[in-house]
Amino acid sequence: MTHNSKLLNIEDLVLHFKTLQGPVQAVDGVNFSLDSNRAVVILGESGCGKSSLARAILRLLPRNAGTYSGHIYLNGNDIMTLPEDDFRQTIRWAAISMVPQAAMNSLNPVIRVGDQVAEPAIVHLGVSKADAISLVKKMFQHVGVPEDFINRYPFELSGGMRQRVAIAMALVTSPMLIILDEPTSALDVLTQANIFNVLKRLKKELGISFILITHDIATSSELADDVAVMYAGQIVEVGDTYRFFDHPLHPYSQKLMASVPRLHSDKEPEFIVGRPPSLINLPQGCRFADRCPARFEKCVQNPPVFEQDGRQVKCWLYA
Amino acid sequence: MTANNEVLLHVDNLVMHFPIYRGVFQRQVGAVRAVDGVSFDVKRGETLGLVGESGCGKSTTGRAILQLYKPTAGKVEYEGTNLVTLKREPMRQMRRKMQMIFQDPYASLNPRMTVGQLVGEPLMVHSVTTGEEIDKRVEQLLELVKLNPAFATRYPHEFSGGQRQRIGVARALALNPNFIICDEPISALDVSIQAQVVNLLEELQQQFGLTYLFIAHDLSMVRHISDRVAVMYLGVIMELAEREELYNNPLHPYTQALLSAVPIPDPVADAQRKRVILEGDVPSPANPPSGCRFRTRCPIAVPLCAESQPEFRELRPGHFVACHLAK
Repeated sequence: MTHNSKLLNIEDLVLHFKTLQGPVQAVDGVNFSLDSNRAVVILGESGCGKSSLARAILRLLPRNAGTYSGHIYLNGNDIMTLPEDDFRQTIRWAAISMVPQAAMNSLNPVIRVGDQVAEPAIVHLGVSKADAISLVKKMFQHVGVPEDFINRYPFELSGGMRQRVAIAMALVTSPMLIILDEPTSALDVLTQANIFNVLKRLKKELGISFILITHDIATSSELADDVAVMYAGQIVEVGDTYRFFDHPLHPYSQKLMASVPRLHSDKEPEFIVGRPPSLINLPQGCRFADRCPARFEKCVQNPPVFEQDGRQVKCWLYA
Repeated sequence: MTANNEVLLHVDNLVMHFPIYRGVFQRQVGAVRAVDGVSFDVKRGETLGLVGESGCGKSTTGRAILQLYKPTAGKVEYEGTNLVTLKREPMRQMRRKMQMIFQDPYASLNPRMTVGQLVGEPLMVHSVTTGEEIDKRVEQLLELVKLNPAFATRYPHEFSGGQRQRIGVARALALNPNFIICDEPISALDVSIQAQVVNLLEELQQQFGLTYLFIAHDLSMVRHISDRVAVMYLGVIMELAEREELYNNPLHPYTQALLSAVPIPDPVADAQRKRVILEGDVPSPANPPSGCRFRTRCPIAVPLCAESQPEFRELRPGHFVACHLAK
């Protein structure tokens, strides 16, 4: 696998946060890649480092960021080595944009939604206000927001509409890749279904790639081509959606899938005993070993990533 | 589950309007009709699931039943006593028999109280037990919800979400209630631990013969815990039936749309099924549509739907639906 054939290739990405108790190893050696016009979903429980991974890719680092290393190749170029000014001008929002978590509440309440969506276009594409507004109208069409909503304030819109506006804002600079951080978790099922239809259409019509970050396993299967499962700062399994949802490999993925309640099944949902390890004080060996039903002697050592029919799994069972 | 036919709770035409005040003189200009004529029975020992989108009035219904809000109209009969007309002190006595588990275990536990104080608080407020007895009972309750009794001296922030919700359950159980309203008890939890809380609720139900009103928006989880399910939309119940009947044979177009929108974690099955996609948003409860409230988004609405509100009728034994067109 060369860096060049992929849209995005992440190698050994590390992002730690400094705290008084010691470094929080939120992203700890993450590897994955993404082709263009594909969608990968990053699944995991809360606190496993999913959102930190998104921030690490976009270099949106909080003040207490510690170690930040690894390689992020975008179309073969390592964007980690870019100086901050170049990164801001050519990558963030120009090539990769993001729909932040609870995007519906991240809009500025005192600025009209049309102006908010136009802002990245004015800053990054250097277009005039009038051109930007006509661009906004086009984006609103793509995401299914009525054009006359341009002059409304966020509070005049419902949650689903605000979410669409946030997607339009990520779309307006025509990026290659959009990172969606929990795009539908705060929405009702009917609105969720509508938003996912919008995303599916955008992928088909505009050829955009997505990184979808979510803990909602059931909705993720709609959009994703590939699945990456994250646990305690690391990716423990990567595979294509069809085979993953049919039979996940890693014991954590298996337990996670078994905990999802099904609409038409009498199988009672299970749960995973215990809780994820603290990201400050991580175990030496496999990080899931404490909660794993298939644990054996080898698990005290840190497992490498094994290949299994083109899928990757970080578990000694597949040695 | 051991549901029999004895009605424990009878809700009759419950109405809960919140007034809207405007202007210098703060005159009432309208009302948010959060719950607008809801009737149902809860049988002893059963779990009734109450589902609907956010803002449809399901939590308000729960709170109005417990008289945490004073209902605008209607009757709430618990074991034959109408709670709405009950005076303050008898109502306080009544509350021992009915408790609530709240939605967000991160927000509903006082961060400055220890687990022991939190779980013991209902006992003190209702002066059921005193002194050392309280500690003993707290210990018992923590064991019931499978928490280590030694945790009684710890504070809520030291616990995970699932553990916190179990503290909430222990608090609700403290007074030996018969009836518990579970207001979205698992929606704030990670999917990997939701089943833990649901299983605990089911075990406790069997052990103590508890009756639940289980409020949720997740139709898949509701199916696993409920005996009967009611679907709410904009302040009214649209459909109510036995669990299997409702999920296999939904009669109301809204229920059909809701069920078809539930995500399935299986890309193959997902690609094959037909979806009813509803356009638009839920109308404002301050100004609901005339006639059937769902008509503005209904895929099969006819002129009649705008003229009269459909009656909540029993189409099949035990299967109620509020739709002119359902057969």
